[in-house]
Amino acid sequence: MALNYFQPLFDVIRDKDRCIKCQACARQCANEVHRYDGDLDMMISDSQQCVDCQRCVCICPTGALKIVDNPNKFRNNSNWSQQIMTEVYKQAETGGVLLSAMGNPKEYPVYWDKILLNASQVTNPPIDPLREPMETKVFLGKKPKNVSFNEDGSVKTETTPTLELSTPIMFSAMSYGSISRNAHESLARAATELGIFYNTGEGGLHKDFYQYGSNTIVQVASGRFGVFKDYLETGAAIEIKMGQGAKPGIGGHLPGAKILEDVSRTRMIPMGTDAISPAPHHDIYSIEDLRQLVLSLKEATEYKKPVIVKIAAVHNVAAIASGIARSGADIIAIDGYRGGTGAAPTRIRDNVGIPIELALASVDQRLRDEGIRNEVSVVVAGSIRSSSDVVKAIALGADACYIGTAALLALGCHLCRSCQTGKCNWGIATQRPDLVKRLNPNIGYQRLVNLVHAWDHEIKEMMGGMGINSVEALRGNRLMLRGIGLNEKELEILGIQHAGQ
Amino acid sequence: MTVLNANEIGYYDLNKKIVECADKDITVTDAMGQRYIGCGVAGKTITVEGTPGNALGAYLDGSTIIVHGNGQDAIGDTMNNGEIFIHGNCGDTTGYAMRSGKIFVKGNAGYRVGIHMKEYHEFYPKIIIGGKVGDFLGEYQAGGIIVVLGIGCDGKVPVGSFCGTGMHGGHMYIRSDEAPKGLPVQVSCEVADDSDKADIREYVDEFAKNFGYDTNTLLKGRFYKLSPNTASPYKQLYTHN
Repeated sequence: MALNYFQPLFDVIRDKDRCIKCQACARQCANEVHRYDGDLDMMISDSQQCVDCQRCVCICPTGALKIVDNPNKFRNNSNWSQQIMTEVYKQAETGGVLLSAMGNPKEYPVYWDKILLNASQVTNPPIDPLREPMETKVFLGKKPKNVSFNEDGSVKTETTPTLELSTPIMFSAMSYGSISRNAHESLARAATELGIFYNTGEGGLHKDFYQYGSNTIVQVASGRFGVFKDYLETGAAIEIKMGQGAKPGIGGHLPGAKILEDVSRTRMIPMGTDAISPAPHHDIYSIEDLRQLVLSLKEATEYKKPVIVKIAAVHNVAAIASGIARSGADIIAIDGYRGGTGAAPTRIRDNVGIPIELALASVDQRLRDEGIRNEVSVVVAGSIRSSSDVVKAIALGADACYIGTAALLALGCHLCRSCQTGKCNWGIATQRPDLVKRLNPNIGYQRLVNLVHAWDHEIKEMMGGMGINSVEALRGNRLMLRGIGLNEKELEILGIQHAGQ
Repeated sequence: MTVLNANEIGYYDLNKKIVECADKDITVTDAMGQRYIGCGVAGKTITVEGTPGNALGAYLDGSTIIVHGNGQDAIGDTMNNGEIFIHGNCGDTTGYAMRSGKIFVKGNAGYRVGIHMKEYHEFYPKIIIGGKVGDFLGEYQAGGIIVVLGIGCDGKVPVGSFCGTGMHGGHMYIRSDEAPKGLPVQVSCEVADDSDKADIREYVDEFAKNFGYDTNTLLKGRFYKLSPNTASPYKQLYTHN
C-alpha cells in the first residue's frame, strides 16, 4: 500500500455507550465514512472520507457522534502551515489543479465586522417599527434624473422597467446542475412568496419552474446554455454574467458526468457532454461590445425587462462599473471575493478579487462623482451573512443584496465546502436522486421565507434605531457608519469616519 | 409584402416597425448599419437591401432573413431557429452559440465563426460559408455542422489559425486540397468519404441553389472532416481540496 503523506482532516468520534448500531449514519453518508461490521458487531469509521458536513451528527438519534478536527498536527511552522503542506502532498500525488467549493475561507479582513451602525439619541428620535410604518420596498433599475408632469398631473417622464422588491434581498445565481432541483424549487417558491427574485444561474430554466417566472432573473453567460426566446421572455429580468466573485477571470466547466437527463434538457445540450462556459464572452472585448449584448437582449424582449450586468469585484471595479452604467444596463451586480461557488480552482478562489465592501464603496463614489449613479442600481454579493451586513451595504451605497451562501445554509448546508464532489448529503449540491430527495422543497422554501422575514424585521429595527423609516433614506447614508480598527486609507476608501469622530 | 425604407432611421425605430408589422413578408431597403434587425423575431421573412448592422437575427426564433449585401458582426448570435442568407461577406462571431437553424454566407466570414455552436435532439445548427473564414473557426464547438467551401481559394486552406480550439462536439467540413495546419490534438482530421459528403449534400445543395452554384461541382473537391478526438478529450485534472 502506498504511503499516505497526509492525515484525515477530521476525526469521527463515536460514543460507544450511546451508539445503538442503528446504522442511520451509514445510510446517510454518501462519502461512505460509516459502516457496520457484522463480525465485530460494531460501527466502523473511515475518517479519511469525512468532509465534516455534519449530516450524521444531525441524524444520529442518540447523539453518539461528533466530528472534530484531527488533533494530529505536522510540526508547527508559521510559514508552512499544515494546509499548505497537505496541498503540496496532494498535488505531488495527483498532478491535479486544486479544486474547492464555496467562498474563500481565508483569514482576510471582513470589513462588515469593522463597521458600526449609528442610533438616534435625544435629538432625532428612533422609530419603533412595530408601531410605525417602515418601508423596505425597493425598485431596481434606472431612475430618471428629473420628473415632469402633464397638466392633468400624470407623469410625463418616460420610465424604464424596474424590479420591485419587498425587501432589499435577492437569491444569488445558482444553476440547476450546480444545485439540485429541490433546491431550485425551494428558492423559486420562496422568492415568489416573499416578493423578491431568485436567479437561474447559467443552467437554463426547468419547464416546471416557468410558473415562477415573474420572480425569476434569467442569466445569460458565455456558454449561453438554455438561452432562447421563451427563457428570456419568462424572466422578470435578464442578467449578463461577466464574472463571479469566487473565480474572477475564469469560466465554468460542468463535467459530462453531471449532465443527466433533466439537466441536459434544461441546458439544452446532450446528456453526458461537457458544459463549458468560456472565460470571456467571445463577442465582448469592450464596453461598446457589452452594450451590443445588452441592447440585443432588450431588442429581443421589446425593452420590457431590466438588464443586469454581473461582474466580480476586481482591482479596477469602479472604472468597469462606470462603463457598465453607460452600456445601457439597468442594474450592476458586483460579487466580492468571498462569494460562493459550486467549484473553483483553490488558488483562484483564495487569491483573486477584492472585498465587496471596498468595491461597493468605490463604485458608489465613482458613479456619484460622474453624475451617473441614477443610471443604474447597484446590487452587491459576495458574503452578505446577516441583516446587519445588508444594512451596512445599503448605507455604503447598495440598492439591494444578493444572498447565496446564507440561502443554502437555510436549506441545511453546513459549509463543508465539498460541492464539487456532487455527493452533498443535504440534497443541495448534488444530482443523485437518493440525495436530492432529502431536501423537501415544502420545508426548504418555508425556511427561506423565515430567514428573509427575520432579516426584514431586523433591517427595520436597525433603521428605526437610526431614526430612518425607509431604505431609500438609508441608501448611501454613510454618516450612519463608523469604522473600528481601520487605517486611514481604508476609511478613505469606505468614505466613513472612525468611531469616536 | 411590406417595404420599409431604412434611410435615416435608427435601429430602435426600424426594429419596432419590423416587430409591429402585421405583414409576415417584409423588405427593408437602404439598410445602413442598423443593428439588431430581426432580433428574436419569429415567423417572418425579412429581406434586407443594403448593409445591416451587428447582431442581425440574434436569438432568431424561426424567421428567414435574406441580406442582399454584406453582413456585419454577430449574425445569428444565440439563434434558436430559422434561416439567414447573406449574399455577400459577413463579420466576426457569425452564429455564436446558435442552437438550431441555418446560416448561409455566399462570400467570406470573419473570426470566430460558429463559436460555441451546440446541438440538442432535433435542434441541429448549420453554417455554410462559401469563401474563406478567419481565425478560431468553430472554437468551443459543441454541436452542429460548419461547412467552409473555399470557393475562390484555389484549393488552398480556407480557414485561419487556431481552427477548432476547444472543439468538443459537432463536425466541420472544409473544402481544401490540404488539411488545415496546427489543429489541436483534441481535434481529429480526416478526408471526408462519400458518406460524409452525403451528410452535407442537403446543405451544400441549398447553398448552391440560393447563390447560383452547382452542387456536384462543389462536392467534387476534397473535403476534410474535423471532429472532436474522443481519444484525447479536453480535461483538466483536478484534485479535490
